Amino acid sequence: MSTTTTVTPVAFDAVPSKRRRWLRRYGLASAGALIILSWILVAILAPVLAGHAPDVVDVTQRLRPPSATHWLGTDALGRDVFARLVYGSRISLTTGIIVVVLAAAFGTLVGGVAAYARGKIEELIMRVTDLVLCFPPIILALAIAAALGIGAVNTIIAMLVVWWPKFARLARSLIIVQRSQEYVEAAVVVGLSPARILIRHIIPNSIGPLIVLVTLDIGNAIITFAGLSFLGLGVVPPTPEWGSMVSEGRELIEQWWVAAFPGLAILTIVVGFNFLGDGIRDWLDPKSRRR
Amino acid sequence: MQETTPVAHAATQRPAEPILEVEGLRTQFFTDAGVVRAVDGVSFSVAAGETLGIVGESGSGKTVAALSLIRLLEDPARIVGGKVSFQGRNVVEMSQEDLRNIRGDGIAMVFQDPMTSLNPVLKIARQLAETMLVHGRLDERQALDRSVTLLGRMGITAPERAIDSYPHQFSGGMRQRVMLAMGFANEPALLIADEPTTALDVTIQAQILDLIAELNRDFNTAIVLISHDLGVIASVCARVVVMYAGEVVEEGPTEAILSDPRHPYTWALINAVPRIDRHVPGQRRLVTIEGTPPDPIAHPPGCRFAARCPFRIAKCTEHPDLLDLAPGRKARCWVTQSGDPLLPPSTRAPVPSQAKAAMDHGAGTKLQRGERMLELRGVVKHFPLPKKTFFGKREIVHAIDGVDLDVSQGETVGLVGESGCGKSTLARVVARIHQPTAGSVVFHGQDIANAAQSRIRPLRRHMQMVFQDPYASLNPRMTVADILGEPLRLHKITGSEAETRKHIGDLLDVVGLSAKAAERYPHEFSGGQRQRISIARALSVRPDFIIADEPISALDVNIQAQIINLLIDLQERFGLTYLFIAHDLAVVRHISDRVVVLYLGKVAEVAPADKLFAEPLHPYTRYLISAVPIPDAAIEKRRKRLPLQGEPPSAINPPSGCRFRTRCPIAKSICSEVIPPMVEHRPRHFAACHFPGQF
Repeated sequence: MSTTTTVTPVAFDAVPSKRRRWLRRYGLASAGALIILSWILVAILAPVLAGHAPDVVDVTQRLRPPSATHWLGTDALGRDVFARLVYGSRISLTTGIIVVVLAAAFGTLVGGVAAYARGKIEELIMRVTDLVLCFPPIILALAIAAALGIGAVNTIIAMLVVWWPKFARLARSLIIVQRSQEYVEAAVVVGLSPARILIRHIIPNSIGPLIVLVTLDIGNAIITFAGLSFLGLGVVPPTPEWGSMVSEGRELIEQWWVAAFPGLAILTIVVGFNFLGDGIRDWLDPKSRRR
Repeated sequence: MQETTPVAHAATQRPAEPILEVEGLRTQFFTDAGVVRAVDGVSFSVAAGETLGIVGESGSGKTVAALSLIRLLEDPARIVGGKVSFQGRNVVEMSQEDLRNIRGDGIAMVFQDPMTSLNPVLKIARQLAETMLVHGRLDERQALDRSVTLLGRMGITAPERAIDSYPHQFSGGMRQRVMLAMGFANEPALLIADEPTTALDVTIQAQILDLIAELNRDFNTAIVLISHDLGVIASVCARVVVMYAGEVVEEGPTEAILSDPRHPYTWALINAVPRIDRHVPGQRRLVTIEGTPPDPIAHPPGCRFAARCPFRIAKCTEHPDLLDLAPGRKARCWVTQSGDPLLPPSTRAPVPSQAKAAMDHGAGTKLQRGERMLELRGVVKHFPLPKKTFFGKREIVHAIDGVDLDVSQGETVGLVGESGCGKSTLARVVARIHQPTAGSVVFHGQDIANAAQSRIRPLRRHMQMVFQDPYASLNPRMTVADILGEPLRLHKITGSEAETRKHIGDLLDVVGLSAKAAERYPHEFSGGQRQRISIARALSVRPDFIIADEPISALDVNIQAQIINLLIDLQERFGLTYLFIAHDLAVVRHISDRVVVLYLGKVAEVAPADKLFAEPLHPYTRYLISAVPIPDAAIEKRRKRLPLQGEPPSAINPPSGCRFRTRCPIAKSICSEVIPPMVEHRPRHFAACHFPGQF
């Protein structure tokens, strides 16, 4: 029984190569990043890529199937679907990002105040968030947007109202967790002021999950905005927007290309953000990092 | 070989036929950084009904070795070689189905964390019965009956009621009993217990260890007990295997190894631990070994311990085999091959560091040694719990319920008690992280009990704290320089940035870290090094009083000894005063001048350390001392442990009168009616008991 015992040949499982492990760990996230990056490029280069103007009506060319001149066909007013799709990426990306970033900033602030104040103020803030979260977000946004009137800016405002509570909840719980950490207690013993402890110690350590939620949520916001546009709110026609494009094509069963391509665009961008968000979460979470 | 050592006769007691034989077992982790050779050619055997201990520090491979025995390994860990034969069958080559049949039937396992090893959504009855049903020996009715019997056997009161409970209704000790009941449900031939008592209090640990030893006798189940604590091993195991850097470095009867270690690593492990039964006055420093275990990705070619070994010789550049020393005794060491024992240690005096100037205590009111520094009177801290129902009464946790405590300049006051007794809360009240519900906390002549943080801030320069968890007490997103610089800038201790940098360098030097550490982040350091950083942060403002809340309980024994030595050095150099909180009584005895025993939010006994451990007056103190396992098999065998029954009552509804009365064997009716006052029974020896010293 010495250590030099010869190893009995046993059928051990194959060890995955480094490349395989890298793919398993970062594969999805990189795919997501790639999709988002492509869409951002498309949005920036829209005038170069589109080939046609997105809002020129040409009734003679209406409902043409995909061809060499109109790659993705034309819609009921003879507008080039590809050009509208390309220009539509601009509004989807910007609204998605604006809604989520503003909601995250406001929600985190409110959640931070709740976590720090405790007591009555916390109760009040959290009950307000509960109240907003009671409604299905799209219904509430629909009602607010309808009251404010059609238009991208009004829709964004409506979405913000329903969007911030989830960030407030998350931020509050993250900060409460950090507050009881020993390094925060150590900062108290050193004599730091509460504001400094919050800024220097607590926020930098709670930001990770918020970034994950922001990334995952942009896809969500894009789909909600598209949904509102589909229902006739959101953008003012003839602005190209994916949700309203799907809406325009929803009764055209024969002319599948009118609705299918914008639908596909929504799908890819949302999937892209979800992949990236999942990837960031895994990357920030040391426990899932091992695999 | 020496025939006279206890080695020889102990070896003959070993039953012959082995049920578990491990040969050249190698388990590796395939990580991005490289292949981690966690278990690197481990061989040992366990006979039927035998008790084997596996001891080693964290990272030595003992847990991975145990998991390999029943192939409970997860990606990226794999067994890459060797043989594990259990009752003649090779576990390594077994099919998943055969493996399932063996797990829980032939081999049972109990894990460290009793809080997570039970399924929280299933009743105890279901979980217990399931282990018996899956192996198809009993029907449901029989399994339930047997569950009740087993729980009773494991010392759970009212087992009929217990099986209808959910795991969260049980305390840690009770859950570990349930785990043991599950383990023994099918009367396995072998039980593997991986640190089964590490998460438990010392009194509960004693109960569980006694139970394991009993079960071994009654069921003739062989036990493999994995622990970092030699005392735990000594109280249960007849034979011990010592692991270091993935290898077995020593093997033999427990008694022989503990009294006469033949591998320098074992020698270091034994000597690093302060002994509760053997206190040498004047000898304050513990024996430590330098350095850290080798990188498991690239083990050195020679003896893996050579770099840290105080006995090293030229031959140690060659890798030694596990060589026979005597019948049943082996060691992987060239030095002890001659048959000579390793010499007892001589503790070196500390080498004073050069950075004295930076640490000169110029600040504030300097007290003379022995003058009162901290005075607690009637301190109470209650935590209201959230209401369970809207109209319900709010429940209150009585964490501390009227504590008086004095600390004088230059002394070390130890604070001990079971978890939940309020010792950490008390520390946080003194440090004014928590505001006390009532009472006064006078520090340097000022009552800070209800003072605003801005008023306390100047006093923070005198009082600092070192925390328990070295992984949670440092902000992971700040460099060491920022962590240490923050208090310096806040209290304007250093004028210029250059001065701050110099001071940080001096601080790191004082705690035994290199100046290069300043630019690095906490995660780049080991637990012991982080605790040094934590101590440096506490020292940065040149305090005269440091609260140490379990500063060593998360560390390996050798690192524990290093940190204790550091604290003692610092005290001698800077005349520091400590409030030292720990659950390890041996450590408290070693470091403290006076000891305060806390039970359920009240002080049970206060006395100078030697007096307290020699002649405890309060029954609770006696139980606590008796529960500590001693790393000496001969003493453990002779010693009759006092069995403290039950668990501490809830701090929500503490018992009336004396709080210990519910577990006290000498309680009379007066104990439930009158709260025993704190009385000085002997000079400087106080106890709150109606019948002091009568137990």
